[in-house]
Amino acid sequence: MNVRRSIALISVLGFGYAFLYLPIAILIFYSFNDSRLVTVWSHASLRWYAALLDNEQMLDAAWLSLRVAAVSATLSAALGTAAAFALQRLKPFFADRGYEALVMLPLIVPEVLIGLSLLLLFVVLGNAIGWPSERGAMTITLAHATFGTAYAAVVIRARLSQLDPSLDEAAAILGATPWRTFRRVTLPLLMPAIAAGWLLSFTLSLDDVVVASFVTGPGASTLPIVVFSSVRLGVSPQINALATLMVLFVSCLILAATLMTRRKHA
Amino acid sequence: MSIVAGEGRGMRRIVLGGTAAWLALFTLAPFLIVLAISLVEARFGVPPYTPLFEWGEGLWPAFNGTIANYLTLASDPLYLEAFASSLRIAATAALITLIVAYPMAYAIARARPSARSGLLMLIILPFWTSFLIRVYAWMELLNANGLINVLLIKLGVITQPLALLNTEFAVHLGIVYSYLPFMVLPIYAVLERMDWTLLEAAEDLGAGPFRAFWRVTLPLSLPGIVAGWLLVFIPALGEFIIPDLLGGPGTLMLGRVLWTEFFSNHDWPLASALAVSLLTIVLMAAAFLYRLLQRGEAAS
Amino acid sequence: MDTPGGGAPPVIRIESVSKNFGAVPAVAGVSLDITRGDFFCLVGASGSGKTTLLRLIAGFERPERGRILIDGEDMTNRPPYARPVNMMFQSYALFPHLSVADNVGFGLVEERRPRAEIRDRVAAALELFDMAGLSARKPHQLSGGQRQRVALARALVKKPKILLLDEPLAALDKKLREKAQLELVALRERVGITFVMVTHDQEEAMSMASHIALMRDGALCQVGTPRQLYDEPQSRFAADFFGVANLFDEAEGRTVMVRPEQIAVSRERPQRANVLAAALTNTVFLGNAYVCHFALDGGKVVQARLSPADMAALGALATGERVHLSWEPAAARVLTS
Repeated sequence: MNVRRSIALISVLGFGYAFLYLPIAILIFYSFNDSRLVTVWSHASLRWYAALLDNEQMLDAAWLSLRVAAVSATLSAALGTAAAFALQRLKPFFADRGYEALVMLPLIVPEVLIGLSLLLLFVVLGNAIGWPSERGAMTITLAHATFGTAYAAVVIRARLSQLDPSLDEAAAILGATPWRTFRRVTLPLLMPAIAAGWLLSFTLSLDDVVVASFVTGPGASTLPIVVFSSVRLGVSPQINALATLMVLFVSCLILAATLMTRRKHA
Repeated sequence: MSIVAGEGRGMRRIVLGGTAAWLALFTLAPFLIVLAISLVEARFGVPPYTPLFEWGEGLWPAFNGTIANYLTLASDPLYLEAFASSLRIAATAALITLIVAYPMAYAIARARPSARSGLLMLIILPFWTSFLIRVYAWMELLNANGLINVLLIKLGVITQPLALLNTEFAVHLGIVYSYLPFMVLPIYAVLERMDWTLLEAAEDLGAGPFRAFWRVTLPLSLPGIVAGWLLVFIPALGEFIIPDLLGGPGTLMLGRVLWTEFFSNHDWPLASALAVSLLTIVLMAAAFLYRLLQRGEAAS
Repeated sequence: MDTPGGGAPPVIRIESVSKNFGAVPAVAGVSLDITRGDFFCLVGASGSGKTTLLRLIAGFERPERGRILIDGEDMTNRPPYARPVNMMFQSYALFPHLSVADNVGFGLVEERRPRAEIRDRVAAALELFDMAGLSARKPHQLSGGQRQRVALARALVKKPKILLLDEPLAALDKKLREKAQLELVALRERVGITFVMVTHDQEEAMSMASHIALMRDGALCQVGTPRQLYDEPQSRFAADFFGVANLFDEAEGRTVMVRPEQIAVSRERPQRANVLAAALTNTVFLGNAYVCHFALDGGKVVQARLSPADMAALGALATGERVHLSWEPAAARVLTS
């Protein structure tokens, strides 16, 4: 490869990654700025982190978000595994394509539409059978599980399609019933994908403003809802501090996940 | 799978039946309800819409459906403008994303094989951090007191801060920034499979590097380009957060208009009609994408 | 089909078994008996139904018609995990998340054997295959030959009545494959059970099998010992499948086959019943033999295989030179179908 082209390609990547990462880096940098005006640097301090820790509303919202994300991610991973199995292995007897389209639909439907449609579902159900009697953490969890399932199913199905089908047959002819085969062979081999699906659903839930805004009820504000309503009013240094903590939190999650898969392979 | 024939039927039934019930309740039913409510009228009360069927004297309920909401969408210039600018902004933003993403995908595909997975990881990584936070980061940068304006003034390029935030420019920027991985990945996938000796063959046949790129690389990467373009275009169409935070009140995009109809005007039926229209456009684009991907699979 | 071996009751009896995939018949009305202790090969081109027949014996597929009996017991509706059969897969299908020892012990755990017994039997099986030092390794840390031996150990540790082998040597390179062929034959003699192997390679089948079933379009074409299939093929297809065949159409639609090594070449017309005049078209030197192509007067091409000694005795042959081709009457085989 000639030198001029190498330099061109390297600078393309340099600019590209700068574009991707600089805004977040600057955001983190200014979270340590003491000034109330976000981008006017005065001196370094942890003032906004301290303020964040005193912000009851923000802490409650964060706690709610974590609970919603954990429960909906677990639901998503379980349902996503089932859906992936249904699609890849069992081949539903009813409308194969229709089933697949339904599983994948939340991936392409705009968030406003998912939010609106699920809210209307909860309203209609509430009027018809009295459940859900009120909207809040539970309806948000169910809504998040709906799109989380789609993402988890895609990840798990990709892994499932890569598994050598003769592994199942090998287990069967060595005496394992279908259930035992699932327990001893398929599930352990799918575990990394199920974990990845869980993590994806978890971060998507933790990030969602739009769907949660539709299906929530009085008193149940997730962290993104609180952040969004604050951000709509303009930039604030406290949000910078929060963003920094969130980036840190997600980085730790991803690092842990990477290390876990590394160790598995070794 | 034939080994579960006979045995394991119970498991099969639970898995299929359970997921089918879940999908019917939380995916299919909601869309049918949206469709139904798009056919009724708004009113004050709980729920804030008229019933689609009314049980009166007769055996059959009376059907109260109307296409009035759709007629409103088709005649009111506000909504027409929203449709037009959604399509326009999503299309041009996807095009700009392509222009930014293609060189990056190309550079990664031509990097040392050992470096590629790391470089790809760096493309995907921002996707894991909060979308809201990433859009917020640009709010901060584009602000009148933001770093970009501050730097430009310091450098003497401008004397008055530019109005960058709350413009269509900012919306485009936000879409490019947020959806860049969606464009890089499919283009990379195509380029990575490409046989680079084809370029040497083209040069051997007398094409200079640029002609070789234009006549060989670009046509061969077309499936990735179209797939990437659609993968950005589709979510951009219904985007809410980016136009709301970066575009400000002046930006008419469908996602934002739907939000406003619902939360500010409390017109659930009209919001539903908007949702159905938006879904129709999105599904058409997605069907095209699906066809394209299937054809790609058949070809490889 | 006649029963190879005769006498003793067969360990596998396949009774007019049919299996379709959609509208495509994969196995069509096959009946076959396999003798206990046999090294039985199913050969055929891809799509001939040989793999489907193996999978029917394993229980991965169920026949639409017919029955499969193992040791006189009807297995037709038994799932694979309840059959006294084990299998070695073409891909080996080693569980990537389990160690070598856990792979080998997998089937014993399913039998709910006591832990100590599993440990001892796994150790013994690994010992048998010289793998004792590698029991803690994962499959991806093994070489191709080592994986093959783990797959064999895993399939044999349960002491099945029958071992099924699906193209067991396809993943090995040529050198290793020839060695493994001999090892498999020796292994069968040591463990004494019936082996049923699928292969597309006729030479492999010839060198390993005690009996061969040649399949074509889901049906059995011919069953017999390797010698029978080579020397007495019943059809053109069988004659062509196992080596090169010179076919001569005779009166009343009869076809006669002569193998190239049975054809003698001479300048003078020999005193034999079967003599044909021909011209040499080309000669290929293979090291241990010469393959000569001759054109008969009608244009038909005949192949003869000559040893270097025969060739030396004949003297230099020029392309286009006219010679006589002849063979013993016993060397000619009349094809019955």
